[in-house]
Amino acid sequence: MLRFVIRRLAWAVPTLFLVTFLVYIALRIGTNPVESYKRINPRATPAKIQQYIDKNGLDPNYVRGYFRWLVNFVTLDWPRSIKGSREVWPQLKDALANTLRLGTAASVVGIFFGLMLGVYAALRPGGRRDVGVNTAAFVGISIPPYVSAILLQLLFAVYWSRWFGSTLFPTSGVYPPGHTGFNLLLMLKHMVLPVTVVAIQIIAVYARYMRSSLLDVLSSEYMRTARSKGISERRVLFKHGLRNALIPVVTIAALDVGSIVGGLIITENIFSYPGMGKYFLSSFGEGDFPLLMPWMVIIVASVLLFNLLADVSYAWLDPRIRLE
Amino acid sequence: MSNELVNSPAVSETAVPVVSPRRMAFNRFVSHKAAVVSVFVLVILVVFVALSPLTARYGVNQSVQAPPNSFLPPRANAWLGTDDIGRDLYSRLIYGVRVSLIIGLFSAIISVLIGCVVGAVAGFRGGRFDDVVMRVTDLFLAFPFLVTLLVMRNMLGAISWLTPIIGKVSSVRFIIVLFSIFGWMGVARIVRGQVLALKEREFIEAARAVGATRRYIVRRHLLPNSIGPIMVALTFSVVSAIIGESTLAFFGYGPQAGDGATSLGILVGQAKGAVNTGFWWLALFPCLTLVTIALSINFIGDALRDATDPRMQKDG
Repeated sequence: MLRFVIRRLAWAVPTLFLVTFLVYIALRIGTNPVESYKRINPRATPAKIQQYIDKNGLDPNYVRGYFRWLVNFVTLDWPRSIKGSREVWPQLKDALANTLRLGTAASVVGIFFGLMLGVYAALRPGGRRDVGVNTAAFVGISIPPYVSAILLQLLFAVYWSRWFGSTLFPTSGVYPPGHTGFNLLLMLKHMVLPVTVVAIQIIAVYARYMRSSLLDVLSSEYMRTARSKGISERRVLFKHGLRNALIPVVTIAALDVGSIVGGLIITENIFSYPGMGKYFLSSFGEGDFPLLMPWMVIIVASVLLFNLLADVSYAWLDPRIRLE
Repeated sequence: MSNELVNSPAVSETAVPVVSPRRMAFNRFVSHKAAVVSVFVLVILVVFVALSPLTARYGVNQSVQAPPNSFLPPRANAWLGTDDIGRDLYSRLIYGVRVSLIIGLFSAIISVLIGCVVGAVAGFRGGRFDDVVMRVTDLFLAFPFLVTLLVMRNMLGAISWLTPIIGKVSSVRFIIVLFSIFGWMGVARIVRGQVLALKEREFIEAARAVGATRRYIVRRHLLPNSIGPIMVALTFSVVSAIIGESTLAFFGYGPQAGDGATSLGILVGQAKGAVNTGFWWLALFPCLTLVTIALSINFIGDALRDATDPRMQKDG
């Protein structure tokens, strides 16, 4: 096991370099950073432009340019953003914190209710409640986040204020415009709708995973063996059924948590939530290379980490899987 | 005496009838009512779309009447209302669904073909090939779907010598290529996982013991036993391509299928602006169509899973 982890970590470091190199190339071809700089700063002097090129490692030679960028990145000598020439880290830090808050809340709510519903459905396969949960999960999966977001906004902002005179939940941002300081209640109120939109998807997905995983386990031979030994039904279910059914679900959950850092783009965009997704869309739209690269590094690192975690947890939970 | 007479027909009925596995699978599929309804819905939809010049009431770019004709609510000469320049939403939906279905089907089929081959080989052979494939998929799946799509889209679009092959950034062909490039990786992971779990099982060991070749084991044992997950993956690929197209269009990066032509995504994208202004039909009908299509295909996928998994028992 330890050997496997070390081997994977040894893989992860070159992977990180390789991926950031590919991202570097993709962004240079796709967004053309030098042109974007000239477009946004039309009066920049040639000296300024050269300084920008040097600091970002935009050498015509991709390999040399990448290493130039890498050295600057690792030594924390990060270039400033193209638009407004602002520090990158403070923006990135805020975006990351906001997204983690939203993502964690939605994941906890979503996975909890999803697992409950999945078990609830699988215990009576084909029964009325199974059909009910299954149908609801299908509807949940089939509704893209922007559709549910639009409907929720329509209900809680447009129509609610039309019927009751005031909106129930705010539909954008973390705080009302102009608010300063920390206010938990206001923050939670702003999070209700985005968390709901994200959680609907998570609930639907996990209810399905849990249901199908538990059904697989319930129809396997060792469940029959367990029953034939005369163990109580309750013990069969919890000790033999649920624990085995959770193995694939845990693995998937690890993967999902890793991808949530950059995976809320649609929801964040619709609710004007200042997280990683909004950060990405605006900087990608501007072709803001200095903002984009650190964002990419964070996304890749988090996913690589949770991928490793998923594999390890899988092998740890299921001794039949051979890692070496 | 009379007892025997009453019992004899019952006995002959309980004699095990000969039912082929395919027939059993079909029976299981049909018992999934939502899936049967979904098949009907999709067939009707496909017929409407295939016969689009007949079923659509107006051309894709044609206005329903002389101005003033913009933002008309649903009425006799425009069943689902009109958009900002007076075009019939019903007709445009039919043309839009056609584009979306083409994108969904083609990219899903290509994704599943590539994914099955790569996943099965990687899972069964293991070793270096497996490592490389899994690292490549790690690499792509490392990014959020939308980010990869947008970055790759810009990059492929900026490489000028590719344009004659995969089409312009805003073309349907380009979108299909784009979705196929990503789609296979999810399928490959699923198939690989299935193969990894199966190859430790006794019947594979038995096959190996009697001298079956690797190729034979993959084709006769591993892939057929993975058919359920593959089917589900196929249906999911179709849905995710259709929803992916809508998502791209929602953010303004979708296909622009020629002069004034449309897609489901473009129509759904208009919904965002239409909500606050109260033109509910522009929001409701495209969203409803999208959800109906996605829901129907998902139901069919679920029924296929039930049908192809012989261990599944409906009565638990």
